[in-house]
Amino acid sequence: MTIAAEHDTQDTTNPANSIPPPLNLCVGVPKEIYPGECRVAVTPDTAKTLQKLGFHVLVESGAGAAANFSDEAYRAAGCEIIADPAMLWQRASVLLKVRSPGFHPQLNCHEAEWLSDGKTLISFIYPAQNPELLERLAAGKATVLAMDAVPRISRAQKMDALSSMANIAGYRAVIEAAHQFGRFFTGQITAAGKVPPAKVLVIGAGVAGLAAIGTARGLGAIVRAFDTRLVVKEQVESLGAEFLELDFAEDGSGEGGYAKVMSEEFIRAEMELFAQQAKEVDIIITTALIPGKKAPVLITEEMVSSMKDGSVIVDMAAEQGGNCEVTRPGEIYCYKGVTIIGLTDLPSRMAAQSSQLYSSNLCHLLSDMGGAQNFHVDLEDEVVRGALVLHHGQMTYPPPQPAAPAAPKSPAPEPAPASEPTPASQPQRSAKPLLWPMLLGAMLIGIGISAPASFLSHFTVFVLACFVGWQVIWNVKPALHTPLMSVTNAISGIIIIGGMLQISGTLSTTTLLGAIAILIGTINIAGGFLVTQRMLNMFQK
Amino acid sequence: MTHNLLTVAYIAASALFILSLGGLSDQETARRGNLYGILGMVLAVGATAFSSVSGTGYGVLLAVGIPGVVIGALVASRVAMTSMPELVAMLHSFVGAAAVLVGIANYLQPEPSLVGVEATIHQLEIFIGVFIGAVTFTGSIIAFGKLRTLIGSKPLLLPARHFLNIAMLVASVGLGVWFMGLDSPAGLLPLLMMAAIAGLLGIHLVMAIGGADMPVVISMLNSYSGWAAAAAGFMLSNDLLIITGALVGSSGAILSYIMCRAMNRSFMSVILGGFGAGSGAAAPASSSTSGEAVATTVDEVADLLMTAKNVIITPGYGMAVAQAQHSVSEITKVLRKRGVEVRFGIHPVAGRLPGHMNVLLAEANVPYDIVLEMDEINEDFPKTDVVLVIGANDTVNPSAVEDPGSPIAGMPVLEVWNARTVVVMKRSMASGYAGVENPLFYRDNTRMLFGDAKKNVDAILTCLTAAESTRKPLATVSS
Repeated sequence: MTIAAEHDTQDTTNPANSIPPPLNLCVGVPKEIYPGECRVAVTPDTAKTLQKLGFHVLVESGAGAAANFSDEAYRAAGCEIIADPAMLWQRASVLLKVRSPGFHPQLNCHEAEWLSDGKTLISFIYPAQNPELLERLAAGKATVLAMDAVPRISRAQKMDALSSMANIAGYRAVIEAAHQFGRFFTGQITAAGKVPPAKVLVIGAGVAGLAAIGTARGLGAIVRAFDTRLVVKEQVESLGAEFLELDFAEDGSGEGGYAKVMSEEFIRAEMELFAQQAKEVDIIITTALIPGKKAPVLITEEMVSSMKDGSVIVDMAAEQGGNCEVTRPGEIYCYKGVTIIGLTDLPSRMAAQSSQLYSSNLCHLLSDMGGAQNFHVDLEDEVVRGALVLHHGQMTYPPPQPAAPAAPKSPAPEPAPASEPTPASQPQRSAKPLLWPMLLGAMLIGIGISAPASFLSHFTVFVLACFVGWQVIWNVKPALHTPLMSVTNAISGIIIIGGMLQISGTLSTTTLLGAIAILIGTINIAGGFLVTQRMLNMFQK
Repeated sequence: MTHNLLTVAYIAASALFILSLGGLSDQETARRGNLYGILGMVLAVGATAFSSVSGTGYGVLLAVGIPGVVIGALVASRVAMTSMPELVAMLHSFVGAAAVLVGIANYLQPEPSLVGVEATIHQLEIFIGVFIGAVTFTGSIIAFGKLRTLIGSKPLLLPARHFLNIAMLVASVGLGVWFMGLDSPAGLLPLLMMAAIAGLLGIHLVMAIGGADMPVVISMLNSYSGWAAAAAGFMLSNDLLIITGALVGSSGAILSYIMCRAMNRSFMSVILGGFGAGSGAAAPASSSTSGEAVATTVDEVADLLMTAKNVIITPGYGMAVAQAQHSVSEITKVLRKRGVEVRFGIHPVAGRLPGHMNVLLAEANVPYDIVLEMDEINEDFPKTDVVLVIGANDTVNPSAVEDPGSPIAGMPVLEVWNARTVVVMKRSMASGYAGVENPLFYRDNTRMLFGDAKKNVDAILTCLTAAESTRKPLATVSS
């Protein structure tokens, strides 16, 4: 308590001194209390970033221990370590957490009770699933932002913690599968015989699915992937996996990058495909989620029993009920010779990595909210508004629907330019082919009637030379355009021949002009050729 | 030397010139091409000297020819590669001036053999030759001044400038009519007056064109200098001049066309100048750019480059201004040694001269097979980890593709934004030549590295080489 008092007095007496920062700039990082949760909301690395944004960082003692970040590391990064969680919650005005607030087992009280008016909490909340928690938080009149509610628009990608976590989960899912799977992923030909590569089926090619595909490919497996959204085909193939397709014209692209619910016929065809694949593949990783609903059952008991002994299923949707009929959430167990992994804490199993990414997401959000100097909740900001679930105790969830539905990443920029120039150039083109030949024809006839033979012979040469030039120049590489210019420049110095025809005879204006023409012409010729040679000598493989 | 032999020599010279230009189609054959050009020139000049010059003429020829060669050689060996545009512009002005002088000299030396229509045509040829020569001469001088920044590179937009141009053209035609009616020495006055007006026209035309349109202007002047030579060929009844002039003229015309297409603008709109003053001026308001640019540091960029597999560097005029090409080349070497695939993407109008960037990179010893054209590299951007944009702006502006209301809509650009990360090196957030905001700077995958391109590139190089030297002992330990 004395420490806090000291800070208070210093603040009032010397507000300009920034070393003991005023209370409203403190961010607090409590230790996660959820059983088995190893992540921490801020790492020593990102603590530095937060300090650059102007925040003073308070960290509960042991907060990063499970993720291998020691108190010393935090102290070295300039954080203040506080032993008592209640004190931390009291002093910090912005609380950064991973899991939503819960009941503190040692201190026998709920974290939400410490969240008083004027404080801001940023963490995963899952407001739709946790109405009681919201009520509890609202009672404290606090402001709460849910990292899981950050809208999935391109500007908010750097704050998209769900994607960060999904990426890690996808990676870890493959690692867990490899751990349980009794064989190599990659095919090998050894002195003792041939080892076939493992076959992996990934269902759902979202962030987690793509991460799983990439990891499995990296380990050398043959990877197949299925997704109802046809747009991801390219992404799947870019990672080196085979995209399984149904003979069925229905696209499952829904809002915010999720898939929508498909028609019955589609699901039937889909299940047939899975049943057939289940007999072939060694590992199935499922990631199919539909927002706000129970995860769809895609792998039936029948399919599981049809799989080879020793096969592995990783059900990444276990927390939402599971994509596999026989998944037990949070457990790894063997069902008829098939290992079924229903772990729900995949990101937490890679705590150092997931803490790092999650805290980067938090830093980006805090930076967007104005940093420490200008920290505020901007209701006009689409991202902040989307994440905001409580504003001074006022329920602000769900946010109003954005005017334009969030389009999936790059919505075809191609058609725009194609459509624009054509209408303008169309009428010109239709007029040109008529006009120019007519003009040319008239000109040629005019020349034919009036010009003498001597002119015509020169004219023939001229026109033919133009055509030769046209043919030759188009073959010149764009990289050599500068040498082309300097060499044509040198060649056009041929005009000195004109001067040479005039310098003979007695000194007169004509010879003088001719002589000057030769002088500057030769500068041109010598300069042009030499500089071309110099440039060309530089071009080397 | 008989007339027939001269003709044969001219035929051989013409063929050599064509071979010379044809040789430029590839870097491998380009040097031979230049040699053919020199050979053709020696042949043509030598044959002419032996057949048409006599007596005192040789003295004069040597007296002016030798200094000419010496000056040309000196200039060519001294010029920095970044000043190539200026040199080319200056040489164009020489061709223009020579054409004017040859035209006037030819007029003062009447050929009594020509009568009737032939005489009229001859006069017309002189008149046209002098006109084109004068426009080329003054236009090139202004272009030189603009490139040297002796003259501001902003387009000069006089009120009623189109009217002025037309008035000058009409005056020239009027003087032409007057000129045609007079006999040899008397017509000198209208000829000189026309030359003066044509000179003014050249000045005015180029003054109205801004700095970044210089590639078009230079190639256009290149083309004019060719036509001037061709016109001289007509008035001297010299087929070699006609052929050469036509070759050069069409070469410049094609280059202008390529440059215009690369900017998605019509040739006329570039020539008439004043880009952005027309319909484009109102448009920038529609391109609302939201979000904020994310600045980055040299260390971060070096880190990005070291961890990348695929890097594309897209240089622009800014690299030439900062003279950063040598440092860029060093970075390329370090990264390639580390196994990073580094390539260059060149926009056709990057720089102030067609192919300017290629020459600069070649000067800095960047192998030409990793320097690719826009069309070759555009589809590779999605597979690229890092794109370094050095001093380019309009040529990497996504609004050209995405915003139909933008003044540069439809212009083909390097689609750098498809890469995973784009690092833009720039002095400030200012918009480019076209005056169009660049939404690229506000993209999520874009990082801005502010400051002088040369200094930043050098700093990155230092980081990279430092990392390189610390890496080596580690590697030996592990092995």
